[in-house]
Amino acid sequence: MTTSEITGHAVAPSDELPPGGARAFAVGDRMVAVFRLRSGELRAVDAVCPHSGGPLADGQFDAKKVICPLHSHTFSLADGTCLNGDRAVRTYPVREEAGKIVVTAP
Amino acid sequence: MTSGVKEHLVVVGNGMAGARTVEEILERGGGERFRITMFGDEPYGNYNRIMLSHVLAGEASPDDLGEIYLNPLDWYAENDITLHSGVRVVRVDRFAKKVFGNDGTIEAYDKLIVATGSRTYFPPMDGMWVDDKTLTPGVFGFRTLDDTTAMLDYAAESRTAVVIGAGLLGLEAAYGLMQHGHEVHVVQAGPVLMNQQLDEEAGGILRTVLERTGMHVHTGKRTTGLRAAGGGVSAVVFKDGTSLDCDMVVVTAGIRPNVGLAVISGLTVERAIVTDDQMCSVDDPDIYAVGECAQHRGEVYGLVAPLWEQAVVLAEHLTGTNPKAAYHGSRIATKLKVAGVDVASMGVKGPERADDEFVRFAEPKRGVYKSVVIRDGKLIGAMLLGDTKKVAFLTQSFDRGLPLPEERVGMLFELGGPSEEQGAAEMDDSVQVCNCNGVAKGDLVACVRAGEHSVAGCMNATRAGKGCGACTPLVRDIVEWAVAESGGEVGVDESASWYVPAIPMDKPTLIAAIREQNLRSVSAVLAALAPEGEDAGAKMPLTSLLRVVWNGEFVNENDARFINDRVHANIQRDGTFSVVPQIKGGITTAAELRRIADVADKYSVPMIKITGGQRIDLLGVRKEDLPGVWADLDMPSGYAYGKSFRTVKSCVGTDYCRFGLGDSTTLAVRLEQTYQGLESPAKMKLAVAGCPRNCSEALVKDVGVVAVGDDRWDLVIGGAAGASVRRGDVLATVTGHDEVVRLAGVFMQYYRENGKWLERTYDFVPRVGLDELKAILVADRDGIVGGLEERMQAAVDAYRDPWQDGPEPSGPGQFANNLPLVPLPIVPVGRAPDGSLQASSAGRGPSAGGVFEGAQA
Ligand code: SRM
Ligand SMILES: Cc1cc2nc3c(=O)[nH]c(=O)nc-3n(C[C@H](O)[C@H](O)[C@H](O)COP(=O)(O)OP(=O)(O)OC[C@H]3O[C@@H](n4cnc5c(N)ncnc54)[C@H](O)[C@@H]3O)c2cc1C
Ligand code: SF4
Ligand code: FES
Repeated sequence: MTTSEITGHAVAPSDELPPGGARAFAVGDRMVAVFRLRSGELRAVDAVCPHSGGPLADGQFDAKKVICPLHSHTFSLADGTCLNGDRAVRTYPVREEAGKIVVTAP
Repeated sequence: MTSGVKEHLVVVGNGMAGARTVEEILERGGGERFRITMFGDEPYGNYNRIMLSHVLAGEASPDDLGEIYLNPLDWYAENDITLHSGVRVVRVDRFAKKVFGNDGTIEAYDKLIVATGSRTYFPPMDGMWVDDKTLTPGVFGFRTLDDTTAMLDYAAESRTAVVIGAGLLGLEAAYGLMQHGHEVHVVQAGPVLMNQQLDEEAGGILRTVLERTGMHVHTGKRTTGLRAAGGGVSAVVFKDGTSLDCDMVVVTAGIRPNVGLAVISGLTVERAIVTDDQMCSVDDPDIYAVGECAQHRGEVYGLVAPLWEQAVVLAEHLTGTNPKAAYHGSRIATKLKVAGVDVASMGVKGPERADDEFVRFAEPKRGVYKSVVIRDGKLIGAMLLGDTKKVAFLTQSFDRGLPLPEERVGMLFELGGPSEEQGAAEMDDSVQVCNCNGVAKGDLVACVRAGEHSVAGCMNATRAGKGCGACTPLVRDIVEWAVAESGGEVGVDESASWYVPAIPMDKPTLIAAIREQNLRSVSAVLAALAPEGEDAGAKMPLTSLLRVVWNGEFVNENDARFINDRVHANIQRDGTFSVVPQIKGGITTAAELRRIADVADKYSVPMIKITGGQRIDLLGVRKEDLPGVWADLDMPSGYAYGKSFRTVKSCVGTDYCRFGLGDSTTLAVRLEQTYQGLESPAKMKLAVAGCPRNCSEALVKDVGVVAVGDDRWDLVIGGAAGASVRRGDVLATVTGHDEVVRLAGVFMQYYRENGKWLERTYDFVPRVGLDELKAILVADRDGIVGGLEERMQAAVDAYRDPWQDGPEPSGPGQFANNLPLVPLPIVPVGRAPDGSLQASSAGRGPSAGGVFEGAQA
């Protein structure tokens, strides 16, 4: 890891995620889905839908939420709560540093 | 509760009664008095258990959980309730006043409510269990959301189900499984179906009605054991030595209150936890019981209506808002929709004394049965099957002991008693209309007075009609009556006509705005027209619309497309994809078949399947392999994934068939070649048949073409044979292939421009009306046909096969694998000769774990 924080993981070059882009990355031993909002900001949540394992990075999203592509469970990108009232996903701090996307995970 | 310190209220059981009690407490200001903690064994918020029947029948999707949740997790947070969801309370220490969860949680309480409900009763029988905790695979109870989803999963791979027990739950389970195409046998030990609600004659009529739908009913059969083979259940065995083969068993032979916790905690338990009139346990002034786990004056209730009454009493008592609050038991009047049949019952089933009056009416052919029992001029029992129009009147008479019409027959029919509209007017405000959610007429009236004038709005606000749905017509009557009373008009829900909820415009208005403002991308449309900004749910329908408006000339944004459209393949349950190449009219060649076979070998495709659309599906392809698969196939996309023009099925037609009246194959290939891949509000599936024998099922397609001789063709629209079945309507009979292709195009373009998002033609055609469509599209009444033809031609000209995307992805990571590293549930793909399931992990070859590294670069 080339980052200053011990728990920061550089997962990809910044230009890998254009606005509207999303990808799943391995961060330590977990999978994290990183989303680039239309505003350019980044969000990161667990990559795996707690409902039935759907790939959340393949879901459609907006500034506030992401919809799982398998059965449309919807999760808040701000705090990970499931807007359908089911189990939530975890969220992770994500930032850009020296042209890289950096996810902080324990 | 010295000043400022709240008492701690702990509720064990987060089901319908527990959560409702908490709601009632909060409504009475209990949030000021109590800090509330809830434990729920099930890992969800509180959901509407009654809806599980709908979920099983596929009428409500388990994914559409918004509908089924009564209290989503947000609700707990908003009301400062600590919810331990998925945690089972295993012990109550009454002396230390603490409860212990199975995850180590310990909560001290001041007041404790036990609302643990019931569970499925599995009668002791051989072969039911694999071990103490595990049912034989294929055997299910029907109580929880998890039971239901497990059944749905298993049902996908099974054919014949036996339901043991023909009460409410059993018939609902049977009905639900039949909706999935199962052969279903219902087995009842006694002689009568639904014997809790019905007498022998009514039970007999219900049986006939159900058998007519294809359900097999066996009465007087006692099940003694189950047989298993190949790791799953394979038959049920009866006391008389006979047996019934099956691959799935649902046990609905009764429920038992969950009282284990109460027993080990030292509370008095008979059939359930014994309570007094305040729902307080008789042993401990700080412990209460409510719902199906409570026994009050000897009664244990198994339907929701009495639970609502208990919840109110308990809330009034605990909050001190009504010091006199007391529960006196419920007179149960039930109105249910069971297996599609309306059933209502209340009070006694038949005469009990010599001078009880008993009035009956039976019309077995129509599946109707009605009876009332009258004592001393008061209604003491009623039973209605098949026709429950009089239920409001009867319930009211039963509840209040109202005087009855002299002419008794008027209680069964519309003659003497009030009609339904009068019923709405005359009904007492306190009469419960929606039993599932405990909504009284007065609640609906209050909602209307508060300004809500639409039926849907009142239903949302009060939850009336959101359970089994049987009361919806009555709810509508009451709302309409109340609105008329208040001098208003029943409101129409404006947003119902909007194309997407984020933009307050119907489709033609939206198209006009897009053209006028020259909006070429979804983000531009949302920025310009959506008052609240972007909305993920609006993106897919808008992409579709922009492609219709601008054809090739629109700005593609990958985030605005659904994953299927982004990678031109259909996402599967494990995150792999299916690939269906175009095979026009179902006609292929040896060379194509050879290429398909080679691709299947090269990419280790786990399943190759002939589809219902006359082509070949390669299932379980990994996302990153998609471009390679397309390149090697060298065939165009079949669009099996899109809301778009899909296939044209064809029969063999005049070339080979001795009955052929028209050249169906040539026409089918031409139709598919012409209109391939066009975006549409929902799927468009076509077929051409060479004669009215209809071997390609053209009468039940979005657009079907049937040869009637002399190069004349019936053009049929709005047919369906999927989730809905509808015979298509003949739009016109035309001469020659050219005319068929032109008129089909005109219809499809009109549908593309006017159909609502996801509205299939089977809804669109009846909505617009066949005569209207004939006037517009055939007679050109409005002079728009030329325009439709032109715009359709432009769309056809702009067509580009998306599988050409492979070599030049439309953005970084388009084909990057976003699959999780963890192995996913195994997808069963076949059945061994002995009937057992053979599992293979579809699409996740041994290399799948390593794939992910590529995505990190
Ligand atoms: C592959 C196929 C089943 C098969 O193995 O035969 C199939 C597979 C799916 N169908 Fe189908 N349907 C298939 C023929 C049909 C047919 C028969 C036909 O096309 O002649 C019908 C009835 C005709 C109709 O559409 O009305 C059919 C009615 C449905 C429906 C119900 C649509 C409706 O409104 O009634 C759905 C659900 C939906 O559209 O929301 C559906 C949805 C699906 C989906 C896409 C489920 C989904 O949303 O992911 C399935 C994708 C499975 C996968 O992972 O690949 N499928 N489906 C068939 C592909 C045909 C093809 O070559 O393109
Ligand atoms: C498929 C189906 C259809 C139905 N249809 C109708 C209908 O049409 N009309 C009607 O009136 N009724 C119907 N019912 C019955 C109705 O759902 C029940 O009467 C009602 O749900 C009972 O509410 P309850 O809160 O007492 O129990 P439940 O709703 O069962 O809630 C109890 C909860 O407590 C939890 N729990 C149990 N023990 C513990 C513990 N130790 N620690 C933590 N949590 C615990 C359970 O997991 C459960 O979530 C139907 C039931 C089913 C299953
Ligand atoms: S292929 Fe069609 S019928 Fe079969 S499970 Fe999927 S959606 Fe249902
Ligand atoms: S897997 Fe995500 S909603 Fe089902």
